[in-house]
Amino acid sequence: MKSFFNKQHQKLIADPLGDQNPITIQVLGICSALAITTQLENALVMTLAVIFVMTSASSIISILRNHVPNRIRIIVQLLVVASLVALVDQILKAFLPDASEQLSVFIGLIITNCIIMGRLEAFAMGNKVWESFLDALGNAFGYGWILVAVAFVRELFGSGKLLGYEIPGFNYLYELGYMNNNLMILPPMALVVVGVIIWIQRARNNDLIEEN
Amino acid sequence: MDLVNIFIKGVFIDNMIFAYFLGMCSYLAVSKTVTTANGLGLAVIFVLGITVPVNYILENNVLQAGALHWLGDNFIDVDLNVLSLIMFIAVVSAMVQLVEMIIEKFSPALYSSLGIFLPLIAVNCAILGGALFMQERQYSTIIEATSFALGSGVGWYLAIVAIAAIREKIRYSNVPAPLRGLGITYIITGLMGIAFMCFMGIKI
Repeated sequence: MKSFFNKQHQKLIADPLGDQNPITIQVLGICSALAITTQLENALVMTLAVIFVMTSASSIISILRNHVPNRIRIIVQLLVVASLVALVDQILKAFLPDASEQLSVFIGLIITNCIIMGRLEAFAMGNKVWESFLDALGNAFGYGWILVAVAFVRELFGSGKLLGYEIPGFNYLYELGYMNNNLMILPPMALVVVGVIIWIQRARNNDLIEEN
Repeated sequence: MDLVNIFIKGVFIDNMIFAYFLGMCSYLAVSKTVTTANGLGLAVIFVLGITVPVNYILENNVLQAGALHWLGDNFIDVDLNVLSLIMFIAVVSAMVQLVEMIIEKFSPALYSSLGIFLPLIAVNCAILGGALFMQERQYSTIIEATSFALGSGVGWYLAIVAIAAIREKIRYSNVPAPLRGLGITYIITGLMGIAFMCFMGIKI
């Protein structure tokens, strides 16, 4: 009897966190990711939203996979994802109005987040529900940790805070002449921070280096 | 004058790539050579120029609170904004499909050069982003909305052709091995973004 959580299942979760990371290796889902990483809180909300949408969408598509005609599969996938995102959008508006305000159009843009479509197309259309769920979970976390890492760096160096709280030691640093780096808040720095994460990751694992 | 203003703003100041990171996935994946970047860029301008006005009509005549008043007094209080995400993406994917069929029929040459990119565009964040920004900024006429859409499209086109040209040249440079390919492209895009920021605050 097959076990409920075997080696293969572990791999489905672990791979996207490292060597198959959606953002740094597969180049998926950057669109809606970078603009909202100026604050850690927004990154966390976004990650949770993506985890929810992705796992649900993958499971639903996986259940439907034998009933959807091949020609209209993209539209079916888009509609499933769009309904889930509309749900998240309404929930955020009701319970976290501030975060909803700041994320503005980017919650809506989860629909066109390439990670979701990519995994639905590449995995959920051909695999069973449990595997698809795990694959979606792994990829959503792989996306999430990059988002949180970038937001951590940008909020710490950009505004000297984390999750909106002042950091105790920073007062002494300010007296010594330390200044917050306003450049970190600006959009382009998100790209540079991700570039550096890619650099570190590939320097540690030479197999990932691309041909020029 | 206002139309030109909106257009220029879309191209330089609110550039889809450098200010909002929309459409980054295809921007990074399809920018290896200038020729393909050119094709995708033109397709984006084209699709944005069609979908945003259509979504504008939809938004103002169906989705907004009270927009259904033309159906009779019973419908004055109806607010269908909840459905806007679903409607927009449905319009975008239907339009992309339609455009693909029309181009295939009337211009096979254009189809063979754009062909593979058109389906990609349905899930390009820049297109849906265009519709959502149009909704958020509330343009007063459909012509203004179209001008905004074309401006954003041209800005996206400019960005992808520029990065493709840089990537073609950078092949001859000695980039540190782990940064090759994706890493250096991110950093260059960041630097280009900083350059584009000097357009901020320009009033025309």
